[in-house]
Amino acid sequence: MVLRTALAILAKDLRIEARTREGLASALVLGVLLVLVFSVAHDAPADRAPSLAPAVLWVTFVFTGLLGVQRSFVLEREHDALAGLLVAPVDAAALFFGKLAGNMLLLGVMQAIVLPLVAVLLHVELWAALPALLVVLLLGNLGFAALATLFAAITVRARAREVMLPVLLLPLLVPVLIGGVKATQAILVAGLAAAREPLGVIAAFDVIVTVAGVLLFEQVVRE
Amino acid sequence: MRVVDVLLPWLAGTLMLAALGLIFVVVPSEAQMGVVQRIFYVHVPCAWAAYAGFVLVAGASVAYLATGRPAADRLAVAAAEVGVLFCSLVLVTGPIWARPIWGVWWTWDPRLTMTVILWAIYAGYLLLRSFGGEEDAVARWAAVLGIVGVLVIPVIRVSVRLLHGIHPAVLTTREGSSGLADPTMRLTLAVSSAAVLALALWLVRSRVRLAALGASASRLRRELEAREGATA
Repeated sequence: MVLRTALAILAKDLRIEARTREGLASALVLGVLLVLVFSVAHDAPADRAPSLAPAVLWVTFVFTGLLGVQRSFVLEREHDALAGLLVAPVDAAALFFGKLAGNMLLLGVMQAIVLPLVAVLLHVELWAALPALLVVLLLGNLGFAALATLFAAITVRARAREVMLPVLLLPLLVPVLIGGVKATQAILVAGLAAAREPLGVIAAFDVIVTVAGVLLFEQVVRE
Repeated sequence: MRVVDVLLPWLAGTLMLAALGLIFVVVPSEAQMGVVQRIFYVHVPCAWAAYAGFVLVAGASVAYLATGRPAADRLAVAAAEVGVLFCSLVLVTGPIWARPIWGVWWTWDPRLTMTVILWAIYAGYLLLRSFGGEEDAVARWAAVLGIVGVLVIPVIRVSVRLLHGIHPAVLTTREGSSGLADPTMRLTLAVSSAAVLALALWLVRSRVRLAALGASASRLRRELEAREGATA
Protein backbone atom coordinates (compact mmCIF):
# COMPACT_ATOMS: atom_id res chain seq x y z
CA MET A 1 0.00 0.00 0.00
CA VAL A 2 2.75 2.40 1.02
CA LEU A 3 4.73 1.30 -2.03
CA ARG A 4 1.83 1.85 -4.43
CA THR A 5 1.16 5.33 -3.05
CA ALA A 6 4.85 6.17 -3.19
CA LEU A 7 4.98 5.04 -6.83
CA ALA A 8 1.91 7.14 -7.60
CA ILE A 9 3.62 10.20 -6.11
CA LEU A 10 6.77 9.46 -8.07
CA ALA A 11 4.73 9.08 -11.26
CA LYS A 12 2.98 12.38 -10.58
CA ASP A 13 6.31 14.19 -10.09
CA LEU A 14 7.78 12.58 -13.21
CA ARG A 15 4.72 13.60 -15.23
CA ILE A 16 5.03 17.21 -14.03
CA GLU A 17 8.73 17.10 -14.87
CA ALA A 18 8.10 15.61 -18.32
CA ARG A 19 5.64 18.38 -19.13
CA THR A 20 7.54 21.36 -17.74
CA ARG A 21 11.18 20.14 -17.86
CA GLU A 22 11.95 22.99 -15.45
CA GLY A 23 13.64 21.05 -12.66
CA LEU A 24 15.96 19.03 -14.82
CA ALA A 25 16.82 21.89 -17.15
CA SER A 26 17.74 24.27 -14.33
CA ALA A 27 19.66 21.56 -12.43
CA LEU A 28 21.61 20.60 -15.56
CA VAL A 29 22.54 24.15 -16.48
CA LEU A 30 23.56 24.94 -12.91
CA GLY A 31 25.58 21.71 -12.70
CA VAL A 32 27.47 22.37 -15.91
CA LEU A 33 28.11 25.99 -14.93
CA LEU A 34 29.45 24.98 -11.50
CA VAL A 35 31.89 22.54 -13.10
CA LEU A 36 33.07 25.25 -15.48
CA VAL A 37 33.44 27.80 -12.67
CA PHE A 38 35.41 25.42 -10.43
CA SER A 39 37.69 24.34 -13.28
CA VAL A 40 38.40 27.93 -14.31
CA ALA A 41 38.87 29.12 -10.72
CA HIS A 42 41.37 26.33 -9.94
CA ASP A 43 43.23 26.78 -13.22
CA ALA A 44 45.16 23.58 -12.52
CA PRO A 45 47.96 22.40 -14.81
CA ALA A 46 47.04 19.31 -16.84
CA ASP A 47 48.90 16.84 -14.61
CA ARG A 48 47.22 18.07 -11.42
CA ALA A 49 43.73 18.45 -12.86
CA PRO A 50 42.54 14.86 -12.18
CA SER A 51 43.21 15.26 -8.45
CA LEU A 52 40.67 18.11 -8.37
CA ALA A 53 37.93 15.99 -9.92
CA PRO A 54 36.49 14.36 -6.75
CA ALA A 55 36.03 17.69 -4.95
CA VAL A 56 34.60 19.42 -8.03
CA LEU A 57 32.18 16.54 -8.61
CA TRP A 58 30.80 16.40 -5.08
CA VAL A 59 30.51 20.13 -4.49
CA THR A 60 28.65 20.36 -7.80
CA PHE A 61 26.35 17.48 -6.81
CA VAL A 62 25.58 19.03 -3.43
CA PHE A 63 24.70 22.50 -4.72
CA THR A 64 22.78 21.28 -7.75
CA GLY A 65 20.96 18.76 -5.58
CA LEU A 66 19.96 21.49 -3.12
CA LEU A 67 18.30 23.38 -5.95
CA GLY A 68 16.54 20.33 -7.36
CA VAL A 69 15.15 19.09 -4.05
CA GLN A 70 14.02 22.58 -3.07
CA ARG A 71 12.13 22.84 -6.37
CA SER A 72 10.30 19.56 -5.92
CA PHE A 73 8.76 20.96 -2.74
CA VAL A 74 8.07 24.46 -4.05
CA LEU A 75 5.68 22.72 -6.46
CA GLU A 76 3.86 21.08 -3.55
CA ARG A 77 3.54 24.35 -1.72
CA GLU A 78 1.89 26.23 -4.57
CA HIS A 79 -1.90 26.12 -4.30
CA ASP A 80 -1.47 24.07 -1.08
CA ALA A 81 -0.87 20.89 -3.10
CA LEU A 82 0.82 19.31 -0.07
CA ALA A 83 -2.27 19.85 2.11
CA GLY A 84 -4.34 18.31 -0.69
CA LEU A 85 -2.10 15.25 -0.80
CA LEU A 86 -2.29 14.81 2.96
CA VAL A 87 -6.11 14.88 3.09
CA ALA A 88 -6.27 12.49 0.09
CA PRO A 89 -5.22 10.76 2.45
CA VAL A 90 -1.61 9.95 1.67
CA ASP A 91 0.52 8.25 4.28
CA ALA A 92 3.47 10.45 5.31
CA ALA A 93 5.91 7.56 4.82
CA ALA A 94 4.62 6.97 1.27
CA LEU A 95 4.96 10.67 0.53
CA PHE A 96 8.52 10.58 1.85
CA PHE A 97 9.51 7.58 -0.27
CA GLY A 98 7.84 8.98 -3.39
CA LYS A 99 9.64 12.31 -3.05
CA LEU A 100 12.89 10.55 -2.15
CA ALA A 101 12.74 8.41 -5.31
CA GLY A 102 11.99 11.45 -7.48
CA ASN A 103 14.88 13.40 -6.02
CA MET A 104 17.27 10.46 -6.44
CA LEU A 105 16.27 10.18 -10.10
CA LEU A 106 16.83 13.88 -10.64
CA LEU A 107 20.27 13.67 -9.03
CA GLY A 108 21.12 10.59 -11.11
CA VAL A 109 20.22 12.22 -14.43
CA MET A 110 22.16 15.36 -13.51
CA GLN A 111 25.19 13.24 -12.60
CA ALA A 112 24.97 11.34 -15.88
CA ILE A 113 25.72 14.66 -17.60
CA VAL A 114 28.13 16.20 -15.08
CA LEU A 115 30.33 13.12 -14.56
CA PRO A 116 31.45 12.74 -18.22
CA LEU A 117 31.88 16.50 -18.44
CA VAL A 118 34.23 16.52 -15.44
CA ALA A 119 36.07 13.51 -16.88
CA VAL A 120 36.67 15.38 -20.14
CA LEU A 121 37.54 18.75 -18.63
CA LEU A 122 39.79 17.46 -15.84
CA HIS A 123 41.39 14.53 -17.72
CA VAL A 124 39.98 11.68 -15.65
CA GLU A 125 40.09 8.09 -16.92
CA LEU A 126 36.40 7.38 -16.47
CA TRP A 127 35.66 4.03 -18.13
CA ALA A 128 37.68 1.75 -15.88
CA ALA A 129 36.37 3.38 -12.71
CA LEU A 130 32.74 3.78 -13.83
CA PRO A 131 31.13 0.67 -12.22
CA ALA A 132 32.75 1.48 -8.86
CA LEU A 133 31.81 5.15 -9.14
CA LEU A 134 28.18 4.16 -9.73
CA VAL A 135 28.18 2.45 -6.32
CA VAL A 136 29.46 5.63 -4.64
CA LEU A 137 26.97 7.82 -6.50
CA LEU A 138 24.04 5.58 -5.65
CA LEU A 139 24.91 5.47 -1.94
CA GLY A 140 25.63 9.20 -1.86
CA ASN A 141 22.38 10.03 -3.65
CA LEU A 142 20.32 8.01 -1.20
CA GLY A 143 21.76 9.80 1.83
CA PHE A 144 21.62 13.20 0.21
CA ALA A 145 18.07 12.79 -1.07
CA ALA A 146 16.75 11.35 2.21
CA LEU A 147 18.10 14.21 4.32
CA ALA A 148 17.28 16.87 1.74
CA THR A 149 13.71 15.57 1.31
CA LEU A 150 13.12 15.75 5.05
CA PHE A 151 14.52 19.26 5.37
CA ALA A 152 13.12 20.69 2.13
CA ALA A 153 9.64 19.85 3.43
CA ILE A 154 10.51 22.05 6.42
CA THR A 155 12.27 24.95 4.74
CA VAL A 156 9.82 25.31 1.86
CA ARG A 157 7.25 26.51 4.38
CA ALA A 158 9.67 28.55 6.51
CA ARG A 159 9.89 32.28 5.95
CA ALA A 160 13.50 32.61 4.81
CA ARG A 161 13.32 29.47 2.71
CA GLU A 162 15.95 30.21 0.03
CA VAL A 163 18.73 30.41 2.61
CA MET A 164 17.32 28.03 5.18
CA LEU A 165 17.74 24.77 3.25
CA PRO A 166 21.49 25.12 2.62
CA VAL A 167 22.05 26.49 6.15
CA LEU A 168 20.37 23.48 7.78
CA LEU A 169 21.50 20.86 5.30
CA LEU A 170 25.17 21.58 4.56
CA PRO A 171 26.62 20.89 8.03
CA LEU A 172 24.59 17.68 8.36
CA LEU A 173 25.65 16.55 4.87
CA VAL A 174 29.34 16.51 5.79
CA PRO A 175 29.53 12.67 5.91
CA VAL A 176 28.21 12.41 2.33
CA LEU A 177 30.54 15.15 1.13
CA ILE A 178 33.69 13.82 2.81
CA GLY A 179 32.75 10.18 2.20
CA GLY A 180 31.93 10.88 -1.45
CA VAL A 181 35.12 12.80 -2.12
CA LYS A 182 37.35 10.26 -0.32
CA ALA A 183 35.65 7.28 -1.96
CA THR A 184 35.90 8.85 -5.43
CA GLN A 185 39.58 9.64 -4.84
CA ALA A 186 40.30 6.12 -3.68
CA ILE A 187 38.46 4.57 -6.63
CA LEU A 188 40.21 6.73 -9.22
CA VAL A 189 43.59 5.84 -7.73
CA ALA A 190 43.21 2.25 -6.55
CA GLY A 191 39.77 0.84 -7.29
CA LEU A 192 36.68 -0.07 -5.29
CA ALA A 193 38.40 -2.11 -2.59
CA ALA A 194 40.36 0.95 -1.45
CA ALA A 195 37.14 2.89 -0.90
CA ARG A 196 35.68 0.54 1.68
CA GLU A 197 36.03 2.89 4.65
CA PRO A 198 34.40 6.02 3.13
CA LEU A 199 31.70 3.83 1.57
CA GLY A 200 30.94 2.44 5.01
CA VAL A 201 30.55 5.98 6.35
CA ILE A 202 28.09 6.88 3.57
CA ALA A 203 26.16 3.63 4.06
CA ALA A 204 25.82 4.25 7.81
CA PHE A 205 24.67 7.78 7.07
CA ASP A 206 22.11 6.45 4.56
CA VAL A 207 20.60 4.05 7.07
CA ILE A 208 20.34 6.67 9.83
CA VAL A 209 18.86 9.48 7.75
CA THR A 210 16.44 7.23 5.84
CA VAL A 211 15.04 5.71 9.03
CA ALA A 212 14.91 9.13 10.72
CA GLY A 213 13.26 10.58 7.62
CA VAL A 214 10.51 7.95 7.48
CA LEU A 215 9.79 8.28 11.19
CA LEU A 216 9.91 12.07 11.40
CA PHE A 217 8.39 13.08 8.06
CA GLU A 218 4.89 13.05 9.49
CA GLN A 219 5.88 15.62 12.13
CA VAL A 220 7.23 17.83 9.36
CA VAL A 221 4.32 17.81 6.91
CA ARG A 222 1.50 17.74 9.49
CA GLU A 223 -0.53 20.95 9.41
CA MET B 1 11.18 31.28 41.39
CA ARG B 2 12.44 28.19 43.12
CA VAL B 3 15.23 27.96 45.67
CA VAL B 4 17.56 26.40 43.12
CA ASP B 5 17.20 29.47 40.87
CA VAL B 6 18.28 31.72 43.75
CA LEU B 7 21.19 29.50 44.75
CA LEU B 8 22.54 28.65 41.26
CA PRO B 9 23.98 32.09 40.39
CA TRP B 10 25.74 32.23 43.79
CA LEU B 11 27.07 28.72 43.35
CA ALA B 12 28.26 29.47 39.80
CA GLY B 13 29.82 32.77 40.92
CA THR B 14 31.67 31.27 43.88
CA LEU B 15 32.96 28.35 41.82
CA MET B 16 33.99 30.72 39.04
CA LEU B 17 36.03 32.88 41.47
CA ALA B 18 37.64 29.76 42.92
CA ALA B 19 38.42 28.51 39.39
CA LEU B 20 39.97 31.86 38.42
CA GLY B 21 42.12 31.81 41.55
CA LEU B 22 43.27 28.27 40.81
CA ILE B 23 43.93 28.99 37.11
CA PHE B 24 45.84 32.25 37.53
CA VAL B 25 47.53 31.85 40.94
CA VAL B 26 47.67 28.32 42.28
CA VAL B 27 48.16 25.91 39.41
CA PRO B 28 51.73 25.45 38.12
CA SER B 29 52.50 26.24 34.49
CA GLU B 30 52.70 23.27 32.17
CA ALA B 31 56.33 22.34 31.50
CA GLN B 32 56.40 22.62 27.70
CA MET B 33 53.62 25.00 26.71
CA GLY B 34 54.08 27.45 29.57
CA VAL B 35 51.48 29.96 30.61
CA VAL B 36 49.32 29.57 27.46
CA GLN B 37 48.25 26.11 28.56
CA ARG B 38 46.11 27.64 31.35
CA ILE B 39 43.40 28.47 28.79
CA PHE B 40 42.83 24.70 28.67
CA TYR B 41 40.98 24.98 32.02
CA VAL B 42 38.38 27.18 30.34
CA HIS B 43 38.44 25.58 26.89
CA VAL B 44 37.68 21.99 27.90
CA PRO B 45 34.81 22.72 30.37
CA CYS B 46 33.20 24.93 27.71
CA ALA B 47 33.34 22.02 25.26
CA TRP B 48 31.67 19.75 27.81
CA ALA B 49 28.97 22.35 28.47
CA ALA B 50 28.37 22.67 24.71
CA TYR B 51 28.07 18.89 24.26
CA ALA B 52 25.71 18.67 27.26
CA GLY B 53 23.61 21.45 25.73
CA PHE B 54 23.30 19.67 22.37
CA VAL B 55 22.37 16.36 23.98
CA LEU B 56 19.77 18.22 26.04
CA VAL B 57 18.34 19.71 22.82
CA ALA B 58 17.78 16.20 21.46
CA GLY B 59 16.25 14.93 24.70
CA ALA B 60 13.89 17.89 24.98
CA SER B 61 13.01 17.56 21.26
CA VAL B 62 12.01 13.91 21.68
CA ALA B 63 9.95 14.89 24.74
CA TYR B 64 8.27 17.69 22.79
CA LEU B 65 7.32 15.50 19.82
CA ALA B 66 6.08 12.77 22.16
CA THR B 67 4.04 14.94 24.54
CA GLY B 68 3.53 18.25 22.71
CA ARG B 69 4.21 20.13 25.95
CA PRO B 70 5.47 23.71 25.36
CA ALA B 71 7.78 23.39 28.39
CA ALA B 72 9.84 20.74 26.55
CA ASP B 73 10.11 23.01 23.53
CA ARG B 74 11.28 25.91 25.70
CA LEU B 75 13.93 23.67 27.25
CA ALA B 76 15.13 22.73 23.75
CA VAL B 77 15.56 26.39 22.70
CA ALA B 78 17.32 27.27 25.93
CA ALA B 79 19.70 24.32 25.64
CA ALA B 80 20.46 25.14 21.99
CA GLU B 81 21.25 28.78 22.76
CA VAL B 82 23.49 27.91 25.69
CA GLY B 83 25.13 25.11 23.68
CA VAL B 84 25.94 27.47 20.80
CA LEU B 85 27.26 30.05 23.29
CA PHE B 86 29.71 27.59 24.85
CA CYS B 87 30.60 26.09 21.47
CA SER B 88 31.50 29.63 20.32
CA LEU B 89 33.70 30.01 23.42
CA VAL B 90 35.44 26.75 22.52
CA LEU B 91 36.07 28.07 19.01
CA VAL B 92 37.47 31.35 20.41
CA THR B 93 39.66 29.92 23.20
CA GLY B 94 41.02 27.13 20.96
CA PRO B 95 42.78 29.37 18.40
CA ILE B 96 44.19 31.59 21.19
CA TRP B 97 45.97 28.48 22.46
CA ALA B 98 46.73 27.08 19.00
CA ARG B 99 48.50 30.17 17.63
CA PRO B 100 51.53 30.04 19.99
CA ILE B 101 51.57 26.22 20.27
CA TRP B 102 50.87 25.04 16.71
CA GLY B 103 51.89 28.28 14.99
CA VAL B 104 48.53 28.61 13.25
CA TRP B 105 45.14 29.88 14.42
CA TRP B 106 43.29 27.03 12.78
CA THR B 107 43.95 23.63 11.28
CA TRP B 108 41.55 21.09 9.78
CA ASP B 109 42.29 18.54 12.44
CA PRO B 110 39.32 16.14 12.88
CA ARG B 111 38.44 17.45 16.32
CA LEU B 112 38.47 21.10 15.21
CA THR B 113 36.46 20.28 12.11
CA MET B 114 33.94 18.42 14.25
CA THR B 115 33.50 21.37 16.61
CA VAL B 116 32.96 23.90 13.85
CA ILE B 117 30.41 21.60 12.15
CA LEU B 118 28.56 21.18 15.45
CA TRP B 119 28.50 24.94 15.83
CA ALA B 120 27.06 25.30 12.31
CA ILE B 121 24.32 22.70 12.91
CA TYR B 122 23.03 24.43 16.03
CA ALA B 123 23.53 27.95 14.70
CA GLY B 124 21.24 26.78 11.87
CA TYR B 125 18.82 25.49 14.50
CA LEU B 126 18.69 28.95 16.10
CA LEU B 127 18.24 30.60 12.68
CA LEU B 128 15.31 28.29 11.94
CA ARG B 129 13.75 29.25 15.26
CA SER B 130 14.20 32.99 14.68
CA PHE B 131 13.22 33.18 11.01
CA GLY B 132 11.06 30.10 10.68
CA GLY B 133 7.57 31.60 10.82
CA GLU B 134 4.48 30.31 12.59
CA GLU B 135 5.25 29.23 16.15
CA ASP B 136 3.77 25.72 16.51
CA ALA B 137 5.16 24.52 13.19
CA VAL B 138 8.61 25.93 13.92
CA ALA B 139 8.70 24.18 17.28
CA ARG B 140 7.95 20.86 15.55
CA TRP B 141 10.47 21.45 12.76
CA ALA B 142 13.15 22.48 15.24
CA ALA B 143 12.48 19.31 17.24
CA VAL B 144 13.02 17.23 14.08
CA LEU B 145 16.29 19.06 13.45
CA GLY B 146 17.37 18.59 17.08
CA ILE B 147 16.81 14.83 16.83
CA VAL B 148 18.35 14.34 13.37
CA GLY B 149 21.32 16.45 14.45
CA VAL B 150 22.19 14.23 17.37
CA LEU B 151 21.67 11.06 15.27
CA VAL B 152 23.99 12.27 12.50
CA ILE B 153 26.74 13.59 14.82
CA PRO B 154 28.36 10.14 15.37
CA VAL B 155 28.61 9.63 11.58
CA ILE B 156 30.09 13.13 11.16
CA ARG B 157 32.62 12.23 13.86
CA VAL B 158 33.68 9.14 11.93
CA SER B 159 33.67 10.96 8.60
CA VAL B 160 35.96 13.82 9.69
CA ARG B 161 38.56 11.21 10.66
CA LEU B 162 38.77 10.35 6.96
CA LEU B 163 40.05 13.89 6.35
CA HIS B 164 43.47 13.20 7.77
CA GLY B 165 43.50 9.51 7.05
CA ILE B 166 47.16 9.47 6.05
CA HIS B 167 48.46 11.57 8.94
CA PRO B 168 49.02 10.17 12.43
CA ALA B 169 46.84 11.84 15.06
CA VAL B 170 49.61 14.12 16.33
CA LEU B 171 47.51 17.08 17.24
CA THR B 172 44.75 15.22 19.01
CA THR B 173 46.80 13.64 21.77
CA ARG B 174 47.29 16.86 23.72
CA GLU B 175 44.91 15.72 26.45
CA GLY B 176 46.83 12.54 27.08
CA SER B 177 48.13 11.51 30.46
CA SER B 178 51.16 13.79 30.19
CA GLY B 179 48.97 16.89 30.06
CA LEU B 180 47.78 16.94 33.65
CA ALA B 181 50.73 15.57 35.58
CA ASP B 182 50.22 17.71 38.70
CA PRO B 183 47.26 16.92 41.03
CA THR B 184 46.61 20.70 41.29
CA MET B 185 45.98 20.66 37.55
CA ARG B 186 43.31 18.00 37.91
CA LEU B 187 41.74 19.94 40.81
CA THR B 188 41.73 23.13 38.73
CA LEU B 189 40.06 21.34 35.83
CA ALA B 190 37.45 19.84 38.18
CA VAL B 191 36.61 23.18 39.87
CA SER B 192 36.58 25.02 36.56
CA SER B 193 34.29 22.35 35.02
CA ALA B 194 31.91 22.60 37.98
CA ALA B 195 31.87 26.39 37.61
CA VAL B 196 31.17 26.30 33.87
CA LEU B 197 28.48 23.62 34.21
CA ALA B 198 26.78 25.55 37.06
CA LEU B 199 26.86 28.67 34.89
CA ALA B 200 25.44 26.77 31.92
CA LEU B 201 22.69 25.24 34.05
CA TRP B 202 21.78 28.65 35.46
CA LEU B 203 21.67 30.17 31.96
CA VAL B 204 19.45 27.34 30.70
CA ARG B 205 17.03 27.72 33.61
CA SER B 206 16.92 31.50 33.23
CA ARG B 207 16.33 31.18 29.48
CA VAL B 208 13.51 28.67 30.06
CA ARG B 209 11.90 31.03 32.56
CA LEU B 210 12.24 33.94 30.13
CA ALA B 211 10.55 31.92 27.39
CA ALA B 212 7.74 30.89 29.75
CA LEU B 213 7.19 34.52 30.80
CA GLY B 214 7.25 35.57 27.13
CA ALA B 215 4.62 32.95 26.30
CA SER B 216 2.30 34.05 29.11
CA ALA B 217 2.82 37.72 28.19
CA SER B 218 1.71 37.10 24.61
CA ARG B 219 -1.23 35.02 25.85
CA LEU B 220 -2.33 37.91 28.11
CA ARG B 221 -1.93 40.35 25.24
CA ARG B 222 -4.15 38.20 23.02
CA GLU B 223 -6.80 37.97 25.77
CA LEU B 224 -6.67 41.71 26.29
CA GLU B 225 -7.06 42.38 22.58
CA ALA B 226 -9.97 39.96 22.39
CA ARG B 227 -11.66 41.73 25.33
CA GLU B 228 -11.11 45.17 23.81
CA GLY B 229 -12.45 43.89 20.52
CA ALA B 230 -15.57 42.62 22.31
CA THR B 231 -16.30 45.94 24.08
CA ALA B 232 -15.55 48.13 21.05
